[in-house]
Amino acid sequence: MSVKTFAAIDVGSYETVMKLFEFSGKNSMREIDCISRRLDLGTETYSHGKIGNEKTDELCRTLKEFRKIMNAYRVDAFRACGTSAVRETENFTIIQDQIAQRTGISLEVLSNMEQRFLDYKSVASRGESFRRIIEEKTAILDIGGGSIQLSLFDNDTLVSTQNLRLGVLRIQDYLNRFDVSHFKMENFIDEMVMAQLGNYKKLYLKDREIRNLIVIDEYISPWAVKRTGGNPDKAFLDRETFGNILRQMREGNPVQLAGSMGIPEEKVPLMFISAILTNRVAELMGAGQIWVPGVTLCDGIAYEYAEKNKMFKGEHDFEKDILACAMNTSKRFMGSTKRSETLENISTTIFDSMKKVHGLGKRELLYLRLAAILHDCGKYISMVNIGETSYNIITATEIIGLSHLERAIVANVVRFNHSRFTYYGREDGVRGLDRESYMTVAKLTAILRLAGGLDRSHKQKMKGLRAALKDNQLVLTVDTAVDITLEKGFFEEKGEFFQEVFSVEPVLKLKKT
Amino acid sequence: MGEIDFCNPKYYTNRELSWILFDHRVLCEARDKNIPLFERLKFLSISASNLDEFFMIRVASLKDMVNAGYEKKDIAGMTPSEQLAAIDAAIHELVDLQYSTWNRSLIPQLKKNGLHVIDRHEELTEEEGAFLDKYFEENVYPVLTPMAVDSSRPFPLVRNKTLNIAALVHKKNQEELEFATVQVPSVLDRIVQLPTEGKAKKVIFLEEIIERNMHKLFLNYDIVCAYPFRIMRNADLSIEEDEAADLLKEIEKQLKKRQWGEAIRLEVEEGMDKKLLKILEKELHLEKQNLYRIPGPLDLTVLMKLYGLEGFEHLKTPKHVPQQVPELPQGCSIFDEIRKGDILLHHPYQTFEPVVDFIRQAARDPEVLAIKQTLYRVSGNSPIISALAQAAENGKQVTVLVELKARFDEEHNIVWAKMLEKAGCHVIYGLVGLKTHSKITLVVRREEDGIRRYVHLGTGNYNDATAKLYTDIGLFTCGEAVGQDATAVFNMLSGYSEPLVWNKLSVAPLWLKDKFLYLIDREKKNALGGHPARIVAKMNSLCDRDIIAALYEASAAGVKIDLIVRGICCLRTGIKGVSENITVRSIVGNFLEHSRIFYFENDENYEIYCGSADWMPRNLERRVEILFPVDRPKLKEELLHILQSQLKDNVKASVLQEDGTYTKVDKRGKSLFQSQETFCQEALKKARAAVPEEVHVTRTFIPEVHQ
Repeated sequence: MSVKTFAAIDVGSYETVMKLFEFSGKNSMREIDCISRRLDLGTETYSHGKIGNEKTDELCRTLKEFRKIMNAYRVDAFRACGTSAVRETENFTIIQDQIAQRTGISLEVLSNMEQRFLDYKSVASRGESFRRIIEEKTAILDIGGGSIQLSLFDNDTLVSTQNLRLGVLRIQDYLNRFDVSHFKMENFIDEMVMAQLGNYKKLYLKDREIRNLIVIDEYISPWAVKRTGGNPDKAFLDRETFGNILRQMREGNPVQLAGSMGIPEEKVPLMFISAILTNRVAELMGAGQIWVPGVTLCDGIAYEYAEKNKMFKGEHDFEKDILACAMNTSKRFMGSTKRSETLENISTTIFDSMKKVHGLGKRELLYLRLAAILHDCGKYISMVNIGETSYNIITATEIIGLSHLERAIVANVVRFNHSRFTYYGREDGVRGLDRESYMTVAKLTAILRLAGGLDRSHKQKMKGLRAALKDNQLVLTVDTAVDITLEKGFFEEKGEFFQEVFSVEPVLKLKKT
Repeated sequence: MGEIDFCNPKYYTNRELSWILFDHRVLCEARDKNIPLFERLKFLSISASNLDEFFMIRVASLKDMVNAGYEKKDIAGMTPSEQLAAIDAAIHELVDLQYSTWNRSLIPQLKKNGLHVIDRHEELTEEEGAFLDKYFEENVYPVLTPMAVDSSRPFPLVRNKTLNIAALVHKKNQEELEFATVQVPSVLDRIVQLPTEGKAKKVIFLEEIIERNMHKLFLNYDIVCAYPFRIMRNADLSIEEDEAADLLKEIEKQLKKRQWGEAIRLEVEEGMDKKLLKILEKELHLEKQNLYRIPGPLDLTVLMKLYGLEGFEHLKTPKHVPQQVPELPQGCSIFDEIRKGDILLHHPYQTFEPVVDFIRQAARDPEVLAIKQTLYRVSGNSPIISALAQAAENGKQVTVLVELKARFDEEHNIVWAKMLEKAGCHVIYGLVGLKTHSKITLVVRREEDGIRRYVHLGTGNYNDATAKLYTDIGLFTCGEAVGQDATAVFNMLSGYSEPLVWNKLSVAPLWLKDKFLYLIDREKKNALGGHPARIVAKMNSLCDRDIIAALYEASAAGVKIDLIVRGICCLRTGIKGVSENITVRSIVGNFLEHSRIFYFENDENYEIYCGSADWMPRNLERRVEILFPVDRPKLKEELLHILQSQLKDNVKASVLQEDGTYTKVDKRGKSLFQSQETFCQEALKKARAAVPEEVHVTRTFIPEVHQ
């Protein structure tokens, strides 16, 4: 079995880190080196909106060194990702180009969702420990420099995720700007945080009771893992212990704390902010146990790489999370579960039978199912303009595990399911999509429309639907005793677009009994 | 009972005074009649070169402090000026003893054994004089640069540590005296052999030959008198690192300046003319107490050259040949052997060759990705340096941390650091504010099942020359935990952040002191809990107040502590309630004791560590040092055996007394035991046992028979 070496680079708001991994055999992922340099990009971005020349130079220098180290390890592949500090920089494209020119590294900017998804994957990469903890009611608090992400689990499936702009460096920036003294700090943060957290509870958390809180951050984590002698699987803290630590940080001075906790002095205030946030969230949710697995974005990047290259098979089903999130969203906007299910089933049947023609894969099927689930969420806002309103709801909803592009595909499919299809290159056409994604949208729209036509009455008449592709015809056979005149009528109408896209004529037949 | 303040200065010895005691112990070896005569010469020479270094660094920095009005008291409660006063007296005493050893004991003994050292040219026969005069004209005269001083010519620069001859001269037919000086050229051998008949040899010092021929250097002058002298200048390099953008350049600049430092010692031949002396004192701005009138040849380091004279092998200790390490037979693949298990090396009893081979093999091995190493003091023409350069040329990633701040080696280090850079190595020129003293090498190798790291950790420098003289411990391992730590060490040295956790290694300046304090405290707690508690620690110097106070506390709690401290020891033994359970011994032998080994009983589950750091503030706080545990039971036993043997030594060991002096162990009624000699023999035995029996070859063929 050949060994593959991979480097994951995280250009974060507080430090730039490279982790090198080795994959050998089945499910063996080994970290072989971790190199990090303190490089505060966040402070500049959050306060001025730009990364200055000096920091850019430093970043390039660091990445160049990383490149050398990668060469020395003869890595087979690498991926470099930037997070919120880079994302929120106005001059990002310029910096990206400079980095590419000077270091040969193309720095990818992760959207918040992509970043959180990788973070989530990094937790999932803990395998058994992760599986066991999500058996109970669990939430993930992912603390970043610019924002925090709160995700909730229902029976081992992640069902909702929300982003709040309460990142550690952002809060620190406010503290500096308003010149808040150390002893007023906690109060100040509380006031800032509780307003948003209160809303969050009202809208999303509701009466849910959470037992475990998983914390991902760069501040408490190193210390918490260190405490256990470097074993992330044991880095649990109960509320009481956590309270004690918080007290220590409240009362101690940074120099002493750095010494007694074994962390760099400049990290002490950030760790304090992170601890306050964690404490508030744990309180809000009533979580008794806090797990700080010490995982980082790099672990997630490596996990994803290994998964994609079939070197690693995680236990957790992330697609299930995505579908659950979508269902949760649909429910929030009073979508009909039954209708969604029918649509999902019919479209899946059509999708499967058309494989040869559309050439789409498993991932696209997921988009289709999501579109089916979310097909009418907009009616909550307007019964007339369902296409547009649904589109807007979907593009504003965070679905962990779905990239911005993927989300746009889903949103457009839903949009055109209701509105007239606008063609590529036309004004107000397929928004924010490239040609390839546009074609995906067209194909999925055609399928969804056809499926919608088959369930026009919303009475779920199409049980036992079978589909078969014969020459230029897609023959759909229904085994039902009820009248399907309405469906037949709409079917022909909706079938036009289908025919246009696939050059296949859909034909509806009643099974002869 | 009142609380004892373990930090009370009265429980501590001043480090400079303790150092002088160490040099005394070296000198004692030169006075020991049981030691071969030429070895005694060597010890006298060492005591002299030690003293030179002491002056340049320690005395110089104390003077700096006094000049700067710095009044902070040391560990023993003495101000810098008090310390200077105390050491001045002690050094004068030491120098007196050096020369009485030379004059009263060694010269007569040498003569008895067929080596006549002529210490005054006036003692030469006419024939010998003629021979030397000819020698002078042919060899010496061309390289001399005589300098006279008068109103138009200023007092010349007299270089640090050089030997010179000063003379009073006056122009022929004129009354007025003038000062003249000439440097005894260091390019020529200072010891000149005279032709003799028979076995006996006769030698004379070069300065005597020049003195005899002084008049030939100042032709228009009459020589009134001529005497040798030597000065020592303040050489303590204080580099403002924050201001020095380019450390390399800064050190080069400072090196040039060293020639010009303030004169802190003047040695003149006893009986030097008063007027001449006065001129010297005035021109060098010398304080009275810094004048040394020497009854014999100046700069006794020259005796090392005398030691090298051929034909006196019977008066020297036979040379020990460093033995093969049984686990690493010649020609083996070092990586293969390390994979079989950790390997311990004990130098100089065992050869240093495997360490050089480790890097050589890594340089050639196509599977090796990277080599990383810290270098502190390296020998001239070092095979390690060339192997590293080779590796870089072979396309490996080679990272070398070259410590430019290694005292007195700076110049040397710059040269080969530049060479390494040329070869394509990534050279790190030390860290701002810290000296990198750790000795660690990391080889990253790509193997079938992934990356494997091979690490060498040591207590001594990567210097193949000193590895024949210094006792040191080395460890080869490819354990994952140490490998990760080693990677982290080099990441930190390259300016990256510290790792989350250290698996095995403890690294100064951030974590090491705490680790030691923790280990000492653990023994204390064990003692208080009624468990067995014991510490044995071997090092070069002990002068860290926190560590000593912790040792006192542990001793007071009942921990039995045995220390083997070769040099400075600020800890005092036998103080009631404080250090009754502590013994300190110092071993000064043929090899320089250099290894640092630390044993902690840990409630019958003993732990043993080796490292690069002494228990000194500079090691624990201002240097990058590494302490590593040795885990494998067999290797632990070997280290324990080393400590036990040193504690048993009753020939070369001196024991620190309650009054602060050292005395040799009382040998009466005991069989003699010399640890260094024992180690030599053990290494020999081990190496022999490892060599496979030769296959017996006969001249008759034995036909196989079908049965």
